Amino acid sequence: MTVEKFIFYFFALILIVAAGRVITARNPVHAALFLVLAFFSSAAIWLLLHAEFLAIALILVYVGAVMVLFLFVVMMLDINIAVIKEGFARYAPVSFIVGVIIFVQMAMVVGYWQHEGAAPEVENAIPNTEALGQVLYTTYVYPFEIAAVILLVAMIAAIALTMRPPRADTKRQDIDQQVRVKAADRVKLVDVPVETDKKVN
Amino acid sequence: MLVLSDFLILGAVLFCLSAAGIFLNRKNLIVLLMCIELMLLAVNMNFIAFSHFNGDIAGQVFVFFILTVAAAEAAIGLAILVVLFRNKQTINVDDLNTMKG
Repeated sequence: MTVEKFIFYFFALILIVAAGRVITARNPVHAALFLVLAFFSSAAIWLLLHAEFLAIALILVYVGAVMVLFLFVVMMLDINIAVIKEGFARYAPVSFIVGVIIFVQMAMVVGYWQHEGAAPEVENAIPNTEALGQVLYTTYVYPFEIAAVILLVAMIAAIALTMRPPRADTKRQDIDQQVRVKAADRVKLVDVPVETDKKVN
Repeated sequence: MLVLSDFLILGAVLFCLSAAGIFLNRKNLIVLLMCIELMLLAVNMNFIAFSHFNGDIAGQVFVFFILTVAAAEAAIGLAILVVLFRNKQTINVDDLNTMKG
């Protein structure tokens, strides 16, 4: 058992246990925190696969932004846990059977299809970030721009969905009015007479 | 020595756990969204494993875009959840059925 294999099994075990706890936790906050643990473990496995940029991006973007958003929402909503968990025991056999069937199907495909073995070792391998950068802005620049537009649309959609009209008594800025302001409204030049015969001591 | 099938089996286990989770938590909207994120994680694991063992960077580029789209989808899904909760005060899927007939 090499160190690499031991590290892989260690993090894979944590990942599977955390994923199992996500789907079975009573408290949604616990489920979200176990999902964070699952993302951290999978980032460690991706580091084993020499995908450093994506491992760090997973932690920064997914855990740091998306899971924090999940935790915001879960803690903000006042959830009645007992009502949600009522059907747990009823659906457990079906979900177990479905899970096992899907896993057996996938394991059959993976076991039947042989791969050559070890990963191809590149002699002077460029760093992962550089390799991604070389291809992201040249070959895949069109999907890159589309991804940027998708993020913009998501931002607009989230704001459009959740923004409520402001109450009448709150103090707010009116941007239109601020932009329409003219210099004459803000600055008034006053003629002040010059004082000549005052002694300064 | 780590083989490709190790990572593929891991991805398969994660996917099956999330599928079972969707069956199990069909009433709880938030955990449903979390199971979808788990599914995307399983797919990403497969992509990166293939990218490493085939020496092709395209798998990692695809994971990059999956991450982007998953973040956008999580944001919009949670916004919908928040607005739903504002109106209904519940996230139980059964209580969201207001269509008659």
